[in-house]
Amino acid sequence: MTAVTVVDYGGGNVRSLCAALERCGGEVTVSADPVVIASSERLMLAGQGAAGAAMRALAATGLAEALCDAAARHVPLLGVCVGLQVLFERSEEDACACLGLLHGCVRRIEGAERLPHLGWNDVDAIVEHPLTVDLPAIAYFAHSYAVTADIPSALAVTRIDQSTIASMVARGSVAGAQFHPERSSEAGRRLLRRFLAWDGSR
Amino acid sequence: MLRRRIIPCLDVSGGRVVKGVEFVNLRDCGEPVDAALRYAEQGADELCWLNITAGNEAWDELLAQVAAAGTRIDVPLTVGGGVSDEPHVRDLLGAGADKVSINSAALDRPALVGECAERHGSQCIVVAIDARRTGATWEAVASGGRRVTGRDAVEWAKEAVERGAGELLVTSMDSDGTQQGYALELYTRLLEAVDVPIIASGGASSPTDIADVLELGVSAALAASIFHDGIHTVEEVKHACRERNLPIR
Repeated sequence: MTAVTVVDYGGGNVRSLCAALERCGGEVTVSADPVVIASSERLMLAGQGAAGAAMRALAATGLAEALCDAAARHVPLLGVCVGLQVLFERSEEDACACLGLLHGCVRRIEGAERLPHLGWNDVDAIVEHPLTVDLPAIAYFAHSYAVTADIPSALAVTRIDQSTIASMVARGSVAGAQFHPERSSEAGRRLLRRFLAWDGSR
Repeated sequence: MLRRRIIPCLDVSGGRVVKGVEFVNLRDCGEPVDAALRYAEQGADELCWLNITAGNEAWDELLAQVAAAGTRIDVPLTVGGGVSDEPHVRDLLGAGADKVSINSAALDRPALVGECAERHGSQCIVVAIDARRTGATWEAVASGGRRVTGRDAVEWAKEAVERGAGELLVTSMDSDGTQQGYALELYTRLLEAVDVPIIASGGASSPTDIADVLELGVSAALAASIFHDGIHTVEEVKHACRERNLPIR
């Protein structure tokens, strides 16, 4: 069993993410307490909804600072969906400043025939990394904003009509998946197992 | 490439899966959490849970069942039926639904769509439209088909998207439960009218019907009877779609 803390800032899908982590051998704590986050050795940041609302909730509760401290301690951290988006410098959605743990800006997806990008799509590795060894995979997405594939932290990419987004990212111990591992069946289980085994280095 | 989705629908009444013919004559088809797990294992790309006794069923029981299904399945779950305000949406998302569909309440008060999308994000707000043919057009009907609204279904679809709906689940009431194929003309019009994903619902009798509607360009096809009765498996439907070169998981 590997201990992992799921940061609860009032967003959706915390329950399903916890259940998925438990199925993969995680010993899960859910917490909204910055003190607990500060002593956690492995963190996940779930996310649904808008980046602005997520950032307001994280800032108001002291969790934003706790997450930045955790990144400075090189604790493995995985953000999912909006949890990935808030790791970047800013988001075009609600024009909000984000945590700034990764370089780049989250923008509305351009060149898609239909948005939101809802459904199962390919995830293809562009970098060798402990989190991408099981790729390619098909995973479930639900979003209209994303980081583009040309950002420096991109690990894996996904094609949406005329656009290519970064669907997995990492720099140091800070990583993210734009898709929902808790709803991505086999692909999700593989990612969560890799994350639980990851020491936060390349 | 984004895959087209096959979505088995669980019409749930009194805590059991039921399926009617043209929204009446309900038949008992089993326990919903078991059915959800079975379809997820068969390769369903998503599950839709429609609570069809809106207002009559205990809300707490629904939330408990959704929570049980939501923590045990590993594909997305859309829940709807009887969703009448934003706290209902919040409850269902909190219980483990990935998307919530709103039908009659959105017709009665369209601003509800925007309120929910603003708070929870468009990607989890589905507006469900029950459309009934009236001559050359379709009318949106409310309350499971029991109430006429006078609203043109395609115009309502456009407004719902403008207000923040991230997806439309459109059921042809003329086709629903009849197993005579999807209302292809309706979906052709909707695909031209809006730029969000569309889920087609109502009328599937065979894998071929599902391939036909997906070939039009809808993002997903929803079906109930053909799966509940064990006539066809999800995999058989996917096989038929792959034979037409449709992108399928």
